Amino acid sequence: MTLPHLPPNVVRAAYLVSSILFIVGIKRLSSPRSARQGNTMAAVGMLLALVVTLLDRSILSYGTIAAGIALGGVIGTIAARRVAMTAMPQMVALFNGSGGGAAAIVSSLEYLAFARAGSPVPPVAGVTILLGAWIGALSFTGSIVAFGKLQGLVTERAVTYPLQKPINLLLFLGILAVSIWLVMQGAPNPAVYAWFAAASLLFGILFVIPIGGGDMPVVISLLNSFTGLATAATGFSLHNYVLIISGTLVGASGTLLTYLMCKAMNRPITNVLFGAFGAAPKAGGPSAAAAGLAGKAVRDVSVEDAATMLAYARKVIIIPGYGLAVAQAQHGVRELADLLKSRGVDVKYAIHPVAGRMPGHMNVLLAEANVPYTELYDLDQINPEFDSADVALVIGANDVVNPAARSDTSSPIYGMPILDADKAKHVIIMKRSMKPGFAGIENELFYDPNAMMLFGDAKDSVMKLVQAVKTA
Amino acid sequence: MLEQLLTDLTIFILAIFVGYEIISKVPVILHTPLMSGTNAIHGIVLVGAMLVAGMPEGPFVTALAFLAVVLGTINVVGGFLVTDRMLQMFAGKAQGAPRS
Repeated sequence: MTLPHLPPNVVRAAYLVSSILFIVGIKRLSSPRSARQGNTMAAVGMLLALVVTLLDRSILSYGTIAAGIALGGVIGTIAARRVAMTAMPQMVALFNGSGGGAAAIVSSLEYLAFARAGSPVPPVAGVTILLGAWIGALSFTGSIVAFGKLQGLVTERAVTYPLQKPINLLLFLGILAVSIWLVMQGAPNPAVYAWFAAASLLFGILFVIPIGGGDMPVVISLLNSFTGLATAATGFSLHNYVLIISGTLVGASGTLLTYLMCKAMNRPITNVLFGAFGAAPKAGGPSAAAAGLAGKAVRDVSVEDAATMLAYARKVIIIPGYGLAVAQAQHGVRELADLLKSRGVDVKYAIHPVAGRMPGHMNVLLAEANVPYTELYDLDQINPEFDSADVALVIGANDVVNPAARSDTSSPIYGMPILDADKAKHVIIMKRSMKPGFAGIENELFYDPNAMMLFGDAKDSVMKLVQAVKTA
Repeated sequence: MLEQLLTDLTIFILAIFVGYEIISKVPVILHTPLMSGTNAIHGIVLVGAMLVAGMPEGPFVTALAFLAVVLGTINVVGGFLVTDRMLQMFAGKAQGAPRS
């Protein structure tokens, strides 16, 4: 089977149209009303780019491409259709890793093409090929580890071991040295290249392993940006503008989101990546905060009492966290909120920027449960309102409401902007146990005189609350 | 060679600015769809994968090229579908109560 070939200029013009569709598509993502259309536009741009590529004169055989697209299409479709909204972060990580892997392979095959032709690799081509392969491979294995952590296949904790940082640094310098040597050498050396590729894959694993689960929003944004850059590097080696443009757009987007996530936690990116935040607590004396809390007790609340407080409140602010996603409690929460609203209670949702495991995670979950996004408020909007709230209902959130971030300079989360739940008249905290949150630190909010604990699975507790409010 | 590099770099640098401009306006509530939508867009690397898979070569290269096409397609198809699924939930809810 042969298809007619398009002249190169037609292909390039079509790539230009694709690039425009990507840019306008992303732009339309900035409003909930036009966002879906924007995504469709980008998808059309993608389809156009793929179709004209198929008709490019350099494509001589179609068997491999057809088989690959068929298999990849089936896997992608099934995965995208089946995944639960609560599992979205790990799904995005997997898709991201696929892209990174593809970029790494494309770069590597470019290198092998020089080897087969027996011609030296020009320095510029060498640099872009090695960059594309390195970043792509790092993103591939890094995303798989991130997926494993989010899916619970690998421990969520930051994994640390002796000499971790020196080993990582050594590996990084080794990869750098081999890359420089390969570029200087000029003559293609597939054996050394294979070592370079293996080391890059290993580096991705070692890079993400020491980062705790709660920092995954930052990691996923960063890896997304990496895959974008790897794609752009591939574009440099193939001199393909649509690859450069789209890869760079994604690189910029991922970098910006990474920055926003770090800012929301008031922690520099270096602390997130190399700080081993959320590692297993070290043996030894309890922290200052925990010591201060010794002897204090938390107060339990019954479902009935909690329901009564909610039902007769004027204003309730709901603070969802990762626990809500784990328990899949989003639909129950909406039901509870609807019930309260029908009783004339003013209900608002307070969304912390790093609640959940990816940027905007809570927004997606609540949208799935049909919560109008006009009821969702971000940190700056909602914090002044806690003073006038009767009840702050904390569902599966912990570190983002820890007052230690405001007052305790020795706390690892000191300086992180938090939701001022403690300023509400009453705080009801729904939690499975007294286990500390991701940061591994005690939360003095739980010991606050206004605070009450409602222990149990979030979904379970919410459904019981719904029943109890109905009879209140 | 150098001329080609300069052209590539020009496009790269301008794309950084365009990317920054259009993305900095996306509100927090749409960060997850933004991430997953841009995630789908870097699946454009599939174009590169097709270009290397379209040249008949030995079994080793063909196997790798096949893998690249599979991975790239998963990225593209999965990325766009999942983003659409999410945005479907956001669409049509714009008529919620106006923010007071």
